[in-house]
Amino acid sequence: MPSLSADSRRGVEELAASVQRGERSALAEALNLLDDRRDSARERSAKLVHLLQGNALDLGAHIIGMTGPPGVGKSSLGACLISEWRRRGMTVGVLAVDPSSPLSGGALLGDRLRLHSNSDDRGVFFRSLSSRGHYGGLSAEVWPMCQVMASAFDVVMIETVGVGQREIDISRMCDTTCFVAQPGSGDSIQSLKAGILEVPHILVVNKSDMGAIATRTASELAGALTSEHPDGAWRVPILSTSATQGKGISELADCLKVHFQNLLQNKLLKHRRRGYQAHWIVSRLREEFGSHGVERLGGEAAIAEQIQSETPDLYSQYDALRRQLTGCGTTNKS
Amino acid sequence: MNNETIQRDRPWLMRTYSGHSSARASNELYRTNLSRGQTGLSVAFDLPTQTGYDSDHPLARGEVGKVGVPIDHIGDMETLFDEIPLGEMNTSMTINATAPWLLALYVAVAERQGVDPVSLQGTTQNDVLKEYLSRGTYIFPPSPSVRLTTDLILYTVEHIPKWNPTNICSYHLQEAGATPTQELAYALSSAIAILDAVRDSGQVSADRFHDVVGRISFFVNAGIRFVEETCKMRAFVQLWDELAGERYGVEDPKKRRFRYGVQVNSLGLTESQPENNVQRIVLEMLAVTLSKNARARAIQLPAWNEALGLPRPWDQQWALRMQQVLALETDILEYGDLLDGSPVIEAKVTDMIASARQEMLEIDSRGGMVACIESGYVKRELVESHTRRMLGIESGELPIVGVNCFKESAQSPLTAGDESGILHVDSTVESEQIASLKAFRTNRSEINVADALKALRAAAKHGENIMPPSIACAKAGVTTGEWSEELRQIFGEYRAPTGVDINRAQQGSSDALELTRARVQRTGEELGRPLRLLIGKPGLDGHSNGAEQIAVKGRDAGFEIVYEGIRLTPAQIARAAQEEGVHLIGLSVLSGSHLELVEAIHLELTAIGASHIPIVIGGIIPEDDAKLLVKKGLKAVFTPKDSDMNDIMDRMVDIIRETNGLEPDV
Repeated sequence: MPSLSADSRRGVEELAASVQRGERSALAEALNLLDDRRDSARERSAKLVHLLQGNALDLGAHIIGMTGPPGVGKSSLGACLISEWRRRGMTVGVLAVDPSSPLSGGALLGDRLRLHSNSDDRGVFFRSLSSRGHYGGLSAEVWPMCQVMASAFDVVMIETVGVGQREIDISRMCDTTCFVAQPGSGDSIQSLKAGILEVPHILVVNKSDMGAIATRTASELAGALTSEHPDGAWRVPILSTSATQGKGISELADCLKVHFQNLLQNKLLKHRRRGYQAHWIVSRLREEFGSHGVERLGGEAAIAEQIQSETPDLYSQYDALRRQLTGCGTTNKS
Repeated sequence: MNNETIQRDRPWLMRTYSGHSSARASNELYRTNLSRGQTGLSVAFDLPTQTGYDSDHPLARGEVGKVGVPIDHIGDMETLFDEIPLGEMNTSMTINATAPWLLALYVAVAERQGVDPVSLQGTTQNDVLKEYLSRGTYIFPPSPSVRLTTDLILYTVEHIPKWNPTNICSYHLQEAGATPTQELAYALSSAIAILDAVRDSGQVSADRFHDVVGRISFFVNAGIRFVEETCKMRAFVQLWDELAGERYGVEDPKKRRFRYGVQVNSLGLTESQPENNVQRIVLEMLAVTLSKNARARAIQLPAWNEALGLPRPWDQQWALRMQQVLALETDILEYGDLLDGSPVIEAKVTDMIASARQEMLEIDSRGGMVACIESGYVKRELVESHTRRMLGIESGELPIVGVNCFKESAQSPLTAGDESGILHVDSTVESEQIASLKAFRTNRSEINVADALKALRAAAKHGENIMPPSIACAKAGVTTGEWSEELRQIFGEYRAPTGVDINRAQQGSSDALELTRARVQRTGEELGRPLRLLIGKPGLDGHSNGAEQIAVKGRDAGFEIVYEGIRLTPAQIARAAQEEGVHLIGLSVLSGSHLELVEAIHLELTAIGASHIPIVIGGIIPEDDAKLLVKKGLKAVFTPKDSDMNDIMDRMVDIIRETNGLEPDV
C-alpha cells in the first residue's frame, strides 16, 4: 500500500513559498515535516529550512521567549500580549512547550486552552509541543520550527515553564527572553542569586493586582539584579503587569519592541541568531557524539566561530560537521 | 393490623426531569405527567437557554430543543405553563448561569396568570460553582456568578419566601467522579462560599440572614453503593446542622434542617442490558428514603434508557411508578428512623464526617471553594477520582453487571421496534423555534426593550439587585440571548480549568495498557513523529467527564493530547486540528446534536484543506445515528457500551495506521 499521507502532498519549493505567503495549511504541513524523524523526511526538511533560512535568520520576526515558574500566569499574560500585538496589526506565531510524561512519552498539551483566547483570529497560529523526554530542556525541533514560523509572522512567541535548563535553552534561541515572576515567592530571588536570572532581558512581576506584595517583589528583584545584561548594551527593566485586569500589557509590548530595536540598531541581531544556530548544531553534535566529539572538532568556541563565518544553512552545516566525525556521507536523524 | 392506628408520613415530592423540543410539546408532557400522579414539575431547559443564547445564535445550531425545552422569551414561558396554575404548582428549574432570567420569566408569567408571586413555590438550581467542575453551563467568571446567585437568593427571601433560591449540588460532583467524602466536602464548601457572600453583601440583616440559611437546599446524587450512600445522607444532615449553628449562629432547628432533592445516579446507568438500570434506580432510591431523619424532600428518577438517548413519556411514567410503589405500597413511611442506633451505620457516618471535615479544611486553607475552582484544584481531584473509578471498571475490581461481567444477553424486547426504545426529536423543531422567535421579535416594542436592557445594565454595573430589572426585561419582551449578552458585556466570559493537566504519573501499568503504549510508540515511529490526538467538545454541551477521561488515558497510552475544554465552534476545532498537526480528531457529544455538529466540522475541515484528518466520536449516540455517521465517513462511533478504554485507544491506533497506509500490526 503506498504511503501517501497528507504531509507529502506538495514539493518543498512550493511548500516554502506557501509558508512565506502565510498559508496556514502549508505552515501546518511544514511543522509536521520538521517534526518527522524518518530518513525520508530529513532531506525535505533540510531543504525547507535552507529555502526559508536566509530570510528568517537575518530579517524575519521578533522571536520572544516567555518563561517562568508554573502558576505565575504566563499563559494569561501571553494571551494579553497576543491581543495587544493583534491590535497593533501584527501577526503572531506561538510555540508552546508542555512537559511530557517520562513514563509513557504521552503529553497533555493544555497551553492552547490557556493561551488562545481568540481562536477565530486568522492572524494567530498556534502549535503545541511536548518536551519529549528532554528533561528540563527544549527538544531539537523547536529551533527549526521557530525559523519556519519566523518567516511567516511578525512575532514568534515561545512559551515554556522555566525550570533551570529550559530557561537557559529558551534564551539560546530567542531575541528577547522575558522572565515572569510570582509576587511574594522567594523562588525568583533564589534563581536570581543562582545566576539563572542573568538570562532574561526583561523581568515581569505579574499579578500586580495583589498589591503591596507585588511591589515588594519588584523592588527585591531590582535589588538583586546586576545593572547590565551580560549581552551588553541593555539594562534589564522590571515591569509590573496584571493579566487578569489587563494592566501593564501595552507597556510590556513597548518594552519588548524597544529591546528588539536596540538589537537592530546595534547590529547585534544577525550575529546573535548565527550564534543560536551554532549552539543548536553543537548541542545536536554533543547529543550524538558526546563532549568528546565536540572536542575532536576543536571545541565549542571554534565550531561556533566556523559556523558563524559561513552562509547559514542549518542542516548542511550540521551534516558537514557530522561527516568530519563519522567519515561517511549519510545522516541519521534520531 | 388496624389501618387506623398507622401513622404514615407524607410522601416526598415526585417529579421527573423533563422537557424537550418546544414549549408546546413540553407543556403537553407536563400535563400528562401531572395527570398520572406526578406532584411537582422539574423543568429541563435546552443548552442554548442554559448558556444564554437565543435559538438562532450560531453556537445554538443543532442544540435547540435537544436536552430540554428552548425558552427564548416570555411567550415561550407562557406556553410552557399553559393551563398549569402556577399558584398551586411546585416547579423545580434546573437552571444556573441564567437562573435570575428564568425566574424573572416565571414571575412575569405568574403575574399574567393573575398569581401573586408571594405564593410561588419551587426551586431554581442556581448553583454555578459546580458548573465549573461538571456540566459546564457557566457563562461568567466565578465572582460575578456568585453575585448573581446571591442577588437571586436575597430577592426571593424578601419577595418569594417559599421559594428555594438555590440548590447546592453534589449531584454533578458524583457524576464527575467525586467520592462520598468529596461530595460532602465540596457541596458544603460551596454552600459556605455562597452564604458568606450573602452575609458579606451588606444587603441583609442578621435576622433575615438566618432565613437565608433556612432556605438553602441541596441537590444530591445517590449511587449504587446504597449503604454508603445512606450514610452519606446522614453525614450531610449532621454536618449541615453543625455548620448552620456554629458558623452562622442559627438557633432555630428548622432552619438548620438539611433539606434536599435527589436525582439518582445516571453515571452508573448502562447502555448494555439497559433493563438492569431499573433495579439500579430502585436500589439507589432506597439510599435517600430509608432514613426518616435524612430523607429526601423531592425525588426525580432517571428513566431506564437514559444511556441510550431521550426517554419517551412511557419511560418517564415507569420511573414515576417506581416512586409511587415505594411510597404508597410499601410500609417505608410508617416507621420512625430505621437506622438510628445501629453501630455499623454510626461508625461509618462518624468516619465520613471526619474525612469530610479534613477535606473542608484543605479547601479552606487554599482560600475557599471559589479559589479552589479558579486554581483548578477541585477539578484535578475530581478527574483523578474519576480516573480511579474507570480503572476499577477496566480491571473488573468494580463489577458492573452486563458491562464487565455477565455480558452474554438474550435480545432485549425493550429496544426492539422502529424507534429502538428512545424518543426521536423531530428535526424541524429548530427551524420552527427560530421562526417563532423572529416573529416574536417583530411584534414587540423595541423602545421598551432598549429601556429595559439599559436598566439591567445599570443595575449590573452598580451592584444593585439584578432581579427587578430582569423581571422588567421579561415583561418588555427581552430575549434570553439579549439578557445574557448585556451581562456578558459587563462581566466577561469565562473558561474553566479542564483538570486534565495533571502532571503526576497516573496509575497506568496494566498489561493491556503496556501493549497499547508499545503500539502507540511504534506507530509514531513509523509515521515519523509521536501520535497526536485532538479531543474536541463541540457545541454547548458541557458534560466533559468522558472527554477528560479519554484525554488522560490517551496521555497514559503515549499520545500527545490537544484538549481545549468545552464549548468550541466547529471552526475552532477544525483549525486546532490543522495547526497542531494531529493524526486523529476525537469528538465527544452527549447532547444529541452529533449529526449536525459532525456535519459542520466536516465542512470546516474541507474548507481549510484538512479533510484528510480522520474523525471518531464518542457519546450517547443511538445505533441508527451511529450507522449514519459511519456512512458519512466517521471512522468509529463509541458509546457507553464501549467501556474498555484500552480498547478505544487500540481502535484509534488502528484507524491512524489505516488512514496513513500502514499495514495492520496486530
